[in-house]
Amino acid sequence: MKYEREIKTAFKISIPVMMGYGVLGFAFGLLLVSFDYPWYLAPIMSLFIYAGALQFVAINFFNAKAGFIDIAIASWFVNLRQSFYGLSLLKRFKNTGKLKAYLIFSLTDESYALLTTIKDNDQLKKRWYYFFLMAFNQSYWFLGSTLGAIVGSNIKFNTAGLEFSLTALFVVLCIEQYKSLKNSTPFVIGAISSLFALVFIPSDKMLIVSITISLLLLFFFKKRLNDE
Amino acid sequence: MSNYEIYIAIIIMALINLFTRVFPFLFFSKKELPKSLEFIEKFFPPVIMTILIVYTLKDIDFSLYPYGTKELTGIIFTAVLHFTLKNYLISIFFGTIFYMGLVQYL
Repeated sequence: MKYEREIKTAFKISIPVMMGYGVLGFAFGLLLVSFDYPWYLAPIMSLFIYAGALQFVAINFFNAKAGFIDIAIASWFVNLRQSFYGLSLLKRFKNTGKLKAYLIFSLTDESYALLTTIKDNDQLKKRWYYFFLMAFNQSYWFLGSTLGAIVGSNIKFNTAGLEFSLTALFVVLCIEQYKSLKNSTPFVIGAISSLFALVFIPSDKMLIVSITISLLLLFFFKKRLNDE
Repeated sequence: MSNYEIYIAIIIMALINLFTRVFPFLFFSKKELPKSLEFIEKFFPPVIMTILIVYTLKDIDFSLYPYGTKELTGIIFTAVLHFTLKNYLISIFFGTIFYMGLVQYL
């Protein structure tokens, strides 16, 4: 088989992501159909959006009947962190030719983490190795979410409280952020803006208002943040 | 949302998501970030994660019994799990099961 070595190495490296994406994807599929959305939205979203947190949040957008502009702005901010990932990969992605488009499209948190930690192996054709690695990752997310959606729409069980998987996901991401940043001010800013919006703003506008207030607060406390 | 609106929403999210990933490849040919962006890069991710935690609780009515205590307990449980075992799958999985237990049996 052509590229056999690349495929094998990529598969081995991707196994931890298989566990993560399999389980989280399954939870996403289950949650999606628990609100009576058709199961095939799961594979469609996992194929074309392919962003864990955003796909979970998307279910909230559907439920809240959020406006398209609000969805666009909120999606941008939810995934803004991804705009900084590419910076450390500019060099790695050089000379990847046509595959570069897919490498960039599939740049999720986990794929980014893998790409920045693996060492290049001179025996492997780099661009194909990267390509298979990214494709394996997306296939886990795709299969996990599709399976979750199909299982969820065929087996009826009490899913009350399942939506907490999204809350738990963000709690975990938040803790990871705190471990690397060791500065509590941004968390306080996030909490104040969102709690204010939770109390005073209708739920379909809540995310946008929280983001706006938090950005204002961030710039207001810029000096303090940089000094800490 | 109607089916039609859902598909438009998916297209919008797919495009915006792609845009956030392509962004650095379009606008930064060198590895240097402008100072102002460096600030956002460092401090915005923790802010949005905190906001998203609260956002996921937007449909909970905190004025009614049990006043959001189940959600708060679930969050504390998940956080403690994550600080002790440091495995994000375990934290998310058991945090969710724990909360589902609270909602379904209490």
